[in-house]
Amino acid sequence: MNKILFSAVSKKFVMALAGLFLLLFLPVHLGINLMLLKDDPQPFNSAAHFMATFPLVKVVEILLFLTILIHVVYGITLQIQNWLSRPVRYEVSNRSETSAFSKFMIWTGGSVLIFLIIHFFNFYFIKLGLVEGDPENFYSIAWQLFTFPGYVILYWVCFILLGFHLFHALQSAFQTLGLKNDFWTPVIRGLALIYAIVLPLGFAVIPLVIWLFK
Amino acid sequence: MPDMKLKLKIWRQKNAKTKGSFVSYDLDNVSPDMSFLEMLDALNKRLVEAGKEPVAFDHDCREGICGSCGMYINGYPHGPVPGLTTCHLAMRYFNDGDSITIEPWRAKAFPVIKDLIVDRSAFDRIQVAGGFISVTAGAAAEANAILVSKVKSDEAFDSAICIGCGACVASCKNASAMLFVSAKISQFALLPQGKVEAKARVRAMIREMDKQGFGNCSNTGACEAQCPKQIKLTNIARLNREYYKAY
Amino acid sequence: MITLNAKIPEGPLEEKWTRYKSTTKLVNPANKKKLDIIIIGTGLSGAGSAAALGELGYNVKVFCYQDSPRRAHSVAAQGGINAAKNYKHDGDSVFRLFYDMIKGGDFRAREANVYRIAEVSNQVIDHYTALGVPFAREYGGTLDTRSFGGVQVSRTFYAKGQTGQQCLLGAYSSLNRQINAGTVTMFPRRDMLDIVVIDGRARGIIVRNLLTGEIERHSAHAVVLASGGYGTIYYLSTLAVNSNASAAWKAYKKGAAFANPSFVQIHPTSIPQLNEFQSKLTLMSESLRNDGRIWVPKNKGDKRPANDIPEEERDYYLERRYPTFGNLVPRDVASRAAKERCDAGYGVGDTGLAVNLDFRDAIKKQGKKVIENKYGNLFEMYQHITGLDPYEEPMRIYPAGHYTMGGLWVDYELMTTLPGLFSIGESNFSDHGANRLGASSLMQAAGDGYFILPNTISNYLSGEIRTPRVPTTGAEFDEAEKNAKERIDKLLSIKGKNTSTTFHRRLGKIMWDYCGMTRNEEGLKKALKLVDELRKDFWSDLMVPGEGADLNQELEKAGRVADFMELAKLMITDALNRKESCGAHFREEYQTPDGEALRNDNEYSYVAAWEYNGDNEPILNKEPLKFEFVELKERSYK
Repeated sequence: MNKILFSAVSKKFVMALAGLFLLLFLPVHLGINLMLLKDDPQPFNSAAHFMATFPLVKVVEILLFLTILIHVVYGITLQIQNWLSRPVRYEVSNRSETSAFSKFMIWTGGSVLIFLIIHFFNFYFIKLGLVEGDPENFYSIAWQLFTFPGYVILYWVCFILLGFHLFHALQSAFQTLGLKNDFWTPVIRGLALIYAIVLPLGFAVIPLVIWLFK
Repeated sequence: MPDMKLKLKIWRQKNAKTKGSFVSYDLDNVSPDMSFLEMLDALNKRLVEAGKEPVAFDHDCREGICGSCGMYINGYPHGPVPGLTTCHLAMRYFNDGDSITIEPWRAKAFPVIKDLIVDRSAFDRIQVAGGFISVTAGAAAEANAILVSKVKSDEAFDSAICIGCGACVASCKNASAMLFVSAKISQFALLPQGKVEAKARVRAMIREMDKQGFGNCSNTGACEAQCPKQIKLTNIARLNREYYKAY
Repeated sequence: MITLNAKIPEGPLEEKWTRYKSTTKLVNPANKKKLDIIIIGTGLSGAGSAAALGELGYNVKVFCYQDSPRRAHSVAAQGGINAAKNYKHDGDSVFRLFYDMIKGGDFRAREANVYRIAEVSNQVIDHYTALGVPFAREYGGTLDTRSFGGVQVSRTFYAKGQTGQQCLLGAYSSLNRQINAGTVTMFPRRDMLDIVVIDGRARGIIVRNLLTGEIERHSAHAVVLASGGYGTIYYLSTLAVNSNASAAWKAYKKGAAFANPSFVQIHPTSIPQLNEFQSKLTLMSESLRNDGRIWVPKNKGDKRPANDIPEEERDYYLERRYPTFGNLVPRDVASRAAKERCDAGYGVGDTGLAVNLDFRDAIKKQGKKVIENKYGNLFEMYQHITGLDPYEEPMRIYPAGHYTMGGLWVDYELMTTLPGLFSIGESNFSDHGANRLGASSLMQAAGDGYFILPNTISNYLSGEIRTPRVPTTGAEFDEAEKNAKERIDKLLSIKGKNTSTTFHRRLGKIMWDYCGMTRNEEGLKKALKLVDELRKDFWSDLMVPGEGADLNQELEKAGRVADFMELAKLMITDALNRKESCGAHFREEYQTPDGEALRNDNEYSYVAAWEYNGDNEPILNKEPLKFEFVELKERSYK
């Protein structure tokens, strides 16, 4: 059983499935965030309230955290194994023409994780009551955060890195799941590119719009 | 083209136990018609005639098919020209005055034996674990009793041409052997003859691969870019499918 | 003096093998695992026999010098593998394949053996197909064949230009299955240094572990040599550069007769030598002759680029001399014709040692796409090596040493004159006479390994079931190991100025010039002297750096070159003895007025099996060749 769950192929399989699940969550989050652009805080706050209280969402939330945990733990494990598999490095680093994004997954992923932790301090821990703040008015917390230029720059950098992460992640997940052939590969690559641009862009425009127009 | 002068920086290591280091050599009169290995032969001739130990490297057929040779040249396994093994890499692809750094394949699963020679027996162990179709001599049916579509057969051939040189592992940032294993799995998965044992085969080969200390595939594609036989990444996807099907 | 008993079974040609199999002695399964068999080499014959013997339940130990059995030089065979399947319905049959081989070999092979290899050829294709070898197929799903040098039927199965690789990997996979099952133990990176003979029987081997330099002893009830040919005696050849004659040579010195050593096939279509450090001549598959036309300029010393020479000034000499077979004449004929033109001053390229192989007409007629499909990988390889584009200008080719028909003498059971020592594949002499036809080497090696040896070795081993496992501590092992070590010490202690490669190159030049495509008495006698001198030089001026107890590639090479020096003399002696021209052996004194080989069946219709005689001249033993089923004919391709 161990061999099945922890073989080189299975670990990647788990990574891919977890990653794809996280990919589904992002558009939902983006949808809610776009409500920040409305002048009326009500829709955003009610959406946040709904997400915080609706029982089914609670279940999904647990699943989501579990998935993040698995994705992170497996990702780190895989990376450590990969580093160990070449104890002596090359003098001249590899110049093969390959996807640059794939080489930095641990770093782009790590940055997203750091952002996620900051994000938890700003919002989720408030909801849990671990950090002081009003869980019923995330709208104003968000608006306030976007007034700090440092925060916005960090926010942008993280979303650019997320884009890089997603671009390789999507293609890689399909390859890992065995869905690669001469027809689908270019299609998936195209979809990955669109997803990796549109989603982070969606998040990134929010502070921009707030700055410029509000 | 006139002869060239080269600056070589070559990894020298007495044996598996000692620490190695880079040694620099200047080499003149390199003809552009030489192969990369013949260029090293020329260096070795000079070293031996001076009573010094030559640079050890694996090589045999020198026509790109046995898979013996392989060295990491200026950041590329088998050198900068795609689709070539080191023995087929002509010096024509280099320029007068070039500096060339030559390293052995680097991977935990491929420990250095001496200079540029590494131990690739891990590959053999993976094949021993399951890289075969169990048919005993004398038991085979008439060859044309098995019909195989030409398309599938050609595809199987494209996977079967792996020469087991190890460039995929050498180029992979994770030293993963997935392309190598997937080539064999694919060859047999595509042919009706291989289907009978498909599940047991993929399980056994992956189990053995994991034991050998290779890294994990991160779908980077360096293996495909550096494979001298241009074996495709789609093989790895097929390996993944075959593996899931086996459970 | 040894006696040569070929042990050919009685009866009609087509029944001999069946009769043999039905009456040969067997070993019962319980006894098989008590019997040890050593196999040297992991090519098509070695890996195949190891797998088949392992499947039968014998305890097999296999040795190769490479780091992995998958690298044996069978891997490099390009064109294909013959079988008498008659899938193309073009009149092929076992008899026709047999006849083509006998005729192609210029009536210097043993009928019974050749018929048998033709017979098992079909089983070989069945077996490889079952093992997953991806042979080329027709759209309907059946196997495709093509016609190949020197025959008029389409019987060559192929996997693009990599048939040897695919067959070898098939054999390697079946070997792996037995390693997995525990019946076969694999010993890679070992050089065989000697055969151990106890009470007149082969009982073991001495090997050097190439990684550690350690000298190891291994014992067995029978030893099988599957160590390939000795074409690298020419230094530049189409063989792997480390291919060597040492195992066969050591067997010869321990009592196995060496047959027809001068029968060496020179392949007509190799890329010519380009630089002085060249270590290898790369073959361009013979299949290229199906579409390429071979020519040289009609005018001596015409140095214009090939494309500037008009049609009427081109001499398509093969089509001119052999209108029936044209560019598809057998290899020996094509090679000699190329040499003849170049020697006469019509050669092309800087050295004048090349002829054109032109695809212009084929591209015009069939389109570039079709040609690319057929030969794309070969064209690409040619371009990488030479920097020239064969789609735009003719390829330049020249003959190169390729395959040795000669080898250890074996009887019908593939046993040498040393009891308990068998020889299979290219290392024996048996099936190709004086010239091998294209795509027959894979067939013979695989047939020997999978389907013949497993049947014949039991006849010998059935007499061995009471012999307990042979200990490696006896005096014979001590002696053999001592000799091996002494030789290593000697090679290391010369400390001269020249590398073994330098000597090898010189030896190769002598052999190529005087004992290559054509030979004559004067030249051969000169070569004997030159080789003697070179050998003396070798033993006084060789430089081998490093130590014996370490990975030492120079030491490996030196040992092999030392053996080549001795074998060279035997080759020359054999070539001198055979005062006729047959197949690849062309003595200039014996030719027809129009330059074709002139056989002398009255005096030379025999196998010359040379027996080692210490420092004295080797002893010639003759196995007369009786042709009961075919009529001796002049071999004409006109």
